[in-house]
Parts: sequence; C-alpha cells; structure tokens
Amino acid sequence: MTLDPKIPAGPIEQKWDNHRFAMKLVNPANKRKYHIIVVGTGLAGASAAASLAELGYRVTALSYHESPRRAHSISAQGGINAPKNYPNDGDSVYRLFYDTVKGGDYRAREANVYRLSQVSNAIIDQCVAQGVPFAREYGGLLDNRSFGGAQVSRTFYARGQTGQQLLLGAYSAMMRQVGLGTVKFYERREMLDLVVADGKARGVIARNMVDGRLESYEGDAVILATGGYGNVFFLSTNAKMCNATATWRAHKRGAFFGNPCFTQIHPTCIPVASEHQSKLTLMSESLRNDGRIWVPKAKADKRAPNQIPEEERDYYLERLYPSFGNLVPRDVASRRAKEMCDKGHGVGTTGLAVYLDFSETIKRNGQAWVAEKYGNLFDMYKQITGEDGYESPMRIYPAVHYTMGGLWVDYNLMGTIPGLFVLGEANFSDHGANRLGASALMQGLADGYFIIPYTIGDYLASNKFQKIDAAGPAFKEAEASVADLTKKLIAVRGKTPVDVFHKELGRIMWEYCGMGRNAAGLKKALELIPALRERFWEDVLITGSPDSFNQELEKAHRLADFLELAELMVRDALLRDESCGGHFREEHQTEEGEAKRNDAKFSFVAAWEFAGTNRTPKLHKEPLKFDYVKPSQRSYK
Amino acid sequence: MSGTMTITLNVWRQSDRNSKGRFARYTLPNVSPDMSFLEMLDLLNLDLVRKGEEAIAFDHDCREGICGTCSLYINGRAHGPLRGVTACQLHMRTFHDGDSITIEPWRAKPFPVIKDLVVDRSAFDRIMAAGGFVSVRTGGVPDANTIPIPKPVAEEAMDAAACIGCGACVAACKNGSAMLFVAAKVSQLALLPQGHAERQQRVEAMVARMDAEGFGACSNTYACEAECPKKISVTHIARLNSEYLRAKLI
Ligand SMILES: Cc1cc2nc3c(=O)[nH]c(=O)nc-3n(C[C@H](O)[C@H](O)[C@H](O)COP(=O)(O)OP(=O)(O)OC[C@H]3O[C@@H](n4cnc5c(N)ncnc54)[C@H](O)[C@@H]3O)c2cc1C
Ligand code: SF4
Ligand code: FES
Repeated sequence: MTLDPKIPAGPIEQKWDNHRFAMKLVNPANKRKYHIIVVGTGLAGASAAASLAELGYRVTALSYHESPRRAHSISAQGGINAPKNYPNDGDSVYRLFYDTVKGGDYRAREANVYRLSQVSNAIIDQCVAQGVPFAREYGGLLDNRSFGGAQVSRTFYARGQTGQQLLLGAYSAMMRQVGLGTVKFYERREMLDLVVADGKARGVIARNMVDGRLESYEGDAVILATGGYGNVFFLSTNAKMCNATATWRAHKRGAFFGNPCFTQIHPTCIPVASEHQSKLTLMSESLRNDGRIWVPKAKADKRAPNQIPEEERDYYLERLYPSFGNLVPRDVASRRAKEMCDKGHGVGTTGLAVYLDFSETIKRNGQAWVAEKYGNLFDMYKQITGEDGYESPMRIYPAVHYTMGGLWVDYNLMGTIPGLFVLGEANFSDHGANRLGASALMQGLADGYFIIPYTIGDYLASNKFQKIDAAGPAFKEAEASVADLTKKLIAVRGKTPVDVFHKELGRIMWEYCGMGRNAAGLKKALELIPALRERFWEDVLITGSPDSFNQELEKAHRLADFLELAELMVRDALLRDESCGGHFREEHQTEEGEAKRNDAKFSFVAAWEFAGTNRTPKLHKEPLKFDYVKPSQRSYK
Repeated sequence: MSGTMTITLNVWRQSDRNSKGRFARYTLPNVSPDMSFLEMLDLLNLDLVRKGEEAIAFDHDCREGICGTCSLYINGRAHGPLRGVTACQLHMRTFHDGDSITIEPWRAKPFPVIKDLVVDRSAFDRIMAAGGFVSVRTGGVPDANTIPIPKPVAEEAMDAAACIGCGACVAACKNGSAMLFVAAKVSQLALLPQGHAERQQRVEAMVARMDAEGFGACSNTYACEAECPKKISVTHIARLNSEYLRAKLI
C-alpha cells in the first residue's frame, strides 16, 4: 500500500479552487439516496452532520454523550483564529498559513494548512449568522485579540467560552436538521467497531450505553469526528470521557495512524493536588503576559513564597531567555518547568509546581487592574485550590492538552480505508508537531462546514456501492468481535478496578513519553506498557452487568485501547530520533537546550499500519515538501 | 493541607428507569478537603468495585463547570450548597468531618432516571430541535461585520447564551418548569438581529414543545435563578413572556 496524500496540482493559492472544480458532484436528486454515518458530534461532527443534511444527504449521527452540546469542544476557552484582518494589522491568509506551518515546526502538509487558512474566514461569517455572540467593540463590530505564536490580532472570542458558543452554534444547526428529519441522532451510543465490506467503510457497531445492546448502523460512508486521545495520560485537560476507541478500532481495521507521538503540553494548568486527582484544569496562557514565573533557588525549600527573599528566587525563564522571558512558546515553558521540578526546586506539597507571581504587577498597577483582566482565572484558581492568587503566588504546572497525531488522512480527509473520513482533532492533518492556540476550533469547523461537504460528494459520485445489510456477514463478524471483547473483559474478574490501571498507564506515559523523551526511557516504556496490559487482562475487575448502563465497562473498553495506543505512541517517539515542536528528544537539543530538528532524516509523516495485537506495526512514510515556508531553527533568546 | 474527613453518604440507587429506587448509606473515611465532590464519588466507587459491588452511576465529563453534564441534587439543592457553582466544581472543603450528605438525581417527570443519579435530559434537545436556532445553511452568509451589534446587546445575548443546559432550573422548581432554560435561548436569539426573522415561530415552537414534554408552568418562585450555576437571570423569562405575547398578537 502506498500513501498518496492526493495533493492537487498547481500553485498553493489555487489548489483548493482547482480541486473543487475537478471533483465530481452528486446531483441534488441523488443525494438523498446516500446515507452517511457521522460518529462524534463535537465541533467537527456537528458541523459536518448539519452541512451534509442541508445538502440533501441522509445522515445518522452517533455520540456517547447524551447530547451533542456536551462534547469536549464545549470547554475551549481562548478563541478561534481567522485572518480577517479587521484590526488592519497586516494579517492575511498567507500569514496565517505561514504561522501555522512554522508553529507546527515544519511537520505539517503545506497544502492542507493553506486550505485551512483559506476557509477560516468563512467560519466566522457562518457562526455570526447562526447567532454566536462573539465579543464586540463599542462600534458594534467584532473584536479581536492576540494569541500565542502570532504577531497579529486574529483571534475571535466569546468571553472565556468560545468553544461553548461555537459548539452551541453547530449544535443548533444540527438540531434544526434533526427537527426536519434529515439527521437522525442517537445519543449515548459508543462506537466499538468499524465495519469494512468490499474494502470500503460501510458502517459501525455501537453499544447502546443505556441497555447495553449492540446496534449496527450501515451507510455509504463513515465519518469519524471523535476527538483526541490526550487521556491516554489519565491526567489531562481533556474531559473525562475523551478516548481513542473509535479511531483505534478503525486503526485495527486498517486505517493508518499518523504521528501518534505528537502531543501538546500546556504550561499553565493548575497542578495536581492529591493522588485522587481525576483531571487537570487549564488556565489561559494569557496569564504569562503579566505574571512572573519563579522557583526557590534552594532545593526543597519549604518556606511560604512570601518568606523567600527576592535574591533567593530564580526567575528561570527570564534568566534563560532574556528577550522572550515568560513569553516563550508553550513547549519551551512547559519543559523548563519540568526541569526545575526534576532538579528539586518544585514547590507545593507535591514539589511538582512552579510559582506564577502577580505581586509586582499588583504593586505597579493595583489589584483592580489585574482583576479586570484576569479576574475569572483568579476565581477559578480559588475555586479549585481554595487559595487566593492575589495574596500569594499561584502554583502552576504543565499538563497534557491536545494531540496533534491522529488517523492519517489525505487532502480529502479520507483515511487509508476508502469511505472512512476523519475530521477534527481525530485526524493528524494540520498542526504538525505543535498546534498554535485558537487553531483547533478553526480546524474542526473548517473540516465540518467547508471541506467534507465537497470531498465526500466526490467519493460518493466516483464509487459504486453494493447494497449492504446490517444483518449481513460483515456486520455479524464485527458485532461478534465486540461482543467477544466485552465478554472477555467481564470474564477476567480480577481484583483491580479500571482506573487503577489507567493511572498507572498515565504515570508511565508522563514519565517516559511526556515533555522530555529519550531512547532509554522510551525503551523502558516499551517493556512497561505490554506488562501493564498483561496485568490489566489478568486482574481487571468490572462489576455490574454488560446488559445495562455500566460506566466501569465503558471505561474498560476505552482503557483496553489506550493500552495499545500508548505503545504505538512510544514506538513513534522512539523512531523519531529528532526533536520537533512538542516532541522533545533529550538527545537532540541545541547547546541552549532547545529542540533540534533533523530535516534531512525526519521531514515525513509517520503513518503506522496495524499488524496484529502484540505484533510490531508497519511504518509508512509520507514525505513532506516545503515549497513555500522554508524550514528554519526557532530561537527565543 | 488539613487532615482527612469521614463522610456519611445517602445515595439514591436505582437499577433502571422502571425499577423502584432507594437510598443506600455509605461511610467514607479518608476524604481529603482538596478533593472535588466528584473525586469523592470516584473514591467511593473504587471501594465499591473492590468489594464486588456496582459503582454508583453519575453523569459528568468536563469537571470544569462548562459541559452541563453533572447533575447532582446535593442535600436538597441542585448542584449543592454554593451559588453559581456546578456539582463538579464543588470541593470537599465546603463540608466538615462527620457530615452526612444526601445525593439524589434531578427529580422531574420529563427527566426520567436512567440509573442511580443519571437522568435522561433529551427533552431539552427536542425543545432545541423545535426552534432553538437561526435557519441559515452552511455557506452563502454575509460577511460577519455587515451586522453591527451594539456591545451592550451582544453582552446581554452572551449572558443568556452562557446557559449550559444542565437542567438544574427544572430540578430546583417545584413545578418542574423549564422556563429558564427555554427563556435563555429565546432571549439570546431575540436580542440579536440574526434571530429576528424567526422570532415569532421560534418562541411558539419552543414553548409548545416544552409543554408537550410535560414541563410544568412557571409560577415565579425564582428557585431556578437561585440554583442556576450560570446565574441566568429571570429577566430572560420576562423577555420570553413578552416574545410569546407578541407572537400571539401578530
Ligand atoms: C481545556 C481546553 C481548552 C481549549 N481551548 C481551545 C481554544 O481556545 N481554541 C482552540 O482552537 N482549541 C482549544 N482547545 C482544543 C479544542 O477544544 C479541541 O481540539 C476541539 O474542540 C476538538 O473538537 P472535535 O470536534 O474534534 O472533538 P470533540 O469536541 O472532542 O468531540 C468528539 C465527539 O465524538 C464523540 N465520540 C468520541 N468517541 C466516540 C465513540 N467511540 N462513539 C461515539 N461517539 C464518540 C463524542 O461523544 C463527541 O461528540 C482546547 C482544548 C482543551 C482541552
Ligand atoms: S438556565 Fe441555568 S440551571 Fe437552567 S439549564 Fe441553563 S444553566 Fe442550567
Ligand atoms: S461535569 Fe461538566 S459541568 Fe459539571
């Protein structure tokens, strides 16, 4: 199998237009003959379901949530990018394209990124027309703010709830179609397998989470918009239910997995407080604009922060990066915090935190000034920690936040199984080795509103589809394999609940495949993970019946997949013997400790093919070419 | 960090929609004040599973107060004792060693119990499908800045749009009314020019669906506003009423 990204010919500005013209169309009367299954109704899935139904396709949408409005997209805070250039500060489609390729440390496909940038302006128009209440200026026009990795203000926002408002917009568009009967929505359904017949993706098997029954859904194409896999680390800023099951099971049916080791770690999160911690909370990185980050110079210094005199503090980012100071990019800030804690300078009861100190800004501008700008973040901090960030410095620590890797897709967003399309965070496509802030919401909606409606039509019009029956052999086989897996999980009847294994997996991943990675550690993880997986299959204890609402069983299915995906992430990290973006191989750093790419050897997408459980997966490479944005080394000194 | 606490819990257990439920009593030692309320339930569930018992089912996801999934009725109050705080943001430091806490699901006819503390709130989705949208299709919309909206109007629309659809307003209301939830959406779209073309059909369709789902009437007790974790104001109910009246008059 050769990997063909199907990048259209022509200059980058014209690729998408040319391609749209070249693609086949399904005539309006025929659209209703096609049935499309959409798994996942976050930003990417809800926008796709709505747009496809508006065109006339029959759509069935599934989600493990009770409503599309609950998807993880709802919790995005900061904003969404678009190069409208409303502020007249020099933005353009080309600049957003350039920033994204560079921000991704030259590991993304130029043609996809350019298209993303091209369609992003229309997203803002669409959302406003739906009634999304973006922030406005006094003149009534839309307001913009700046965000990491860009020198222009191109981020649209709705208070600290941008993801919520965008999702409610896409959800309302989708619910309109549900009301019209063109989208059938099935809630509390978890896809547990992909059905491939005649070499094409033709349906899914889902578990009805209320009564435990397995259900078959057949169609002419399947869209996965099932989000990212950050929860492989157990602790992350992702919602608790986020998981990789849909993508992983599709992977096991033949879909290649792209760049699994590319994960993003966000520097400003509220640190772990206790061993019972169930998830981590992100605080906007805008805090780094006015807060100073430091640790005590002495190791294991247990004094209260206010009792540590100025000369005994190490403002390490300002020391290491005199010109960027506290505003270095996400990956650099995260890595340095870990390094300080590893050396014993960490603060708080766990020693895994650094101070983010506003005292100087408060002294200079007053508490009211700080409260106006960041009040909601200080409130949130207090809510969670019970401490007042105005009185003594806040404690922060990096946390897993986003996964750039995902199922490999070509320019049409189709995976290596014909008829399987992958949208949003679930695919690997646009962010390379590091995603810029406010670009995930943009990508999810670009995929759903403006790309898939075109590319899926071309696929449907260019292929013949045999009639498929949910009672046929392909569905029976898939259903039996899911039923079998459930039976095996329940039958273990060991002594240890699912979460205990998940936490252990998280610890391994964080230690060996987190912010800093090296060959020795990765090799160790390659021993630890299969051993843990074995213990899981010998000792997991799931109570309750499989034929009823059973959250322990749900978690067990998801963890079974994380335990396999984790190993692939580690393999990928080991293979990528260079540092780039969020992937920091300690062996490859500059003298100053910065990430050192190796373009000669690693300018490719690693796409992994499943070869069977407990067998080494097969690597395929998609070479990356940079015709427009020439790779260079980042420096923040 | 102070020492740990021992908490007694009275938790509603119900196997499925059609079974009869009952309260079960659990004593949980080693509760740390730093734990969130849901982490306390996680801890209890670990114990229960280790003992071979079924875990307590409860809905949750973001654990940050934004997804609207958590839905616990704690000591007789939707989302527990703190104003403007969802159950998932509540921390155990709000309670004391030796406290006894009663946890129930949302109780309202249109929200049948699925299991234990999990209820079915799909009635809210059906109300949304009836009219909670602006009928625009993807593509072909005007440039975003061709519709100027005065900042105060945009802000007020955003206040309404902040609703997380949790259903606490319904659970808190003695009539089981969904007026605050419906009003928040009607009000958001009535305030914005984009929503004007359909304001008449929207309010009628949403109210009709709300009634058909079996939600009760509003008798202005304002329990909804008091328990709403997003502090959605009852002034939106006033706007809904005037929208409704206006629709009926036209
Ligand atoms: C705290 C936080 C803040 C963020 N802030 C920003 C920001 O400011 N700007 C920005 O651009 N990005 C931000 N991001 C990233 C962004 O929110 C996500 O990448 C994006 O929303 C993902 O959207 P999605 O549609 O791909 O997936 P999701 O929203 O995760 O939706 C996944 C959907 O798939 C369904 N699903 C999954 N698996 C299955 C299955 N097996 N069966 C059935 N259904 C399934 C789920 O039910 C859900 O409906 C943030 C992320 C976090 C964690
Ligand atoms: S109005 Fe408030 S209580 Fe009611 S659903 Fe919305 S957020 Fe929840
Ligand atoms: S779990 Fe999301 S609001 Fe409580």
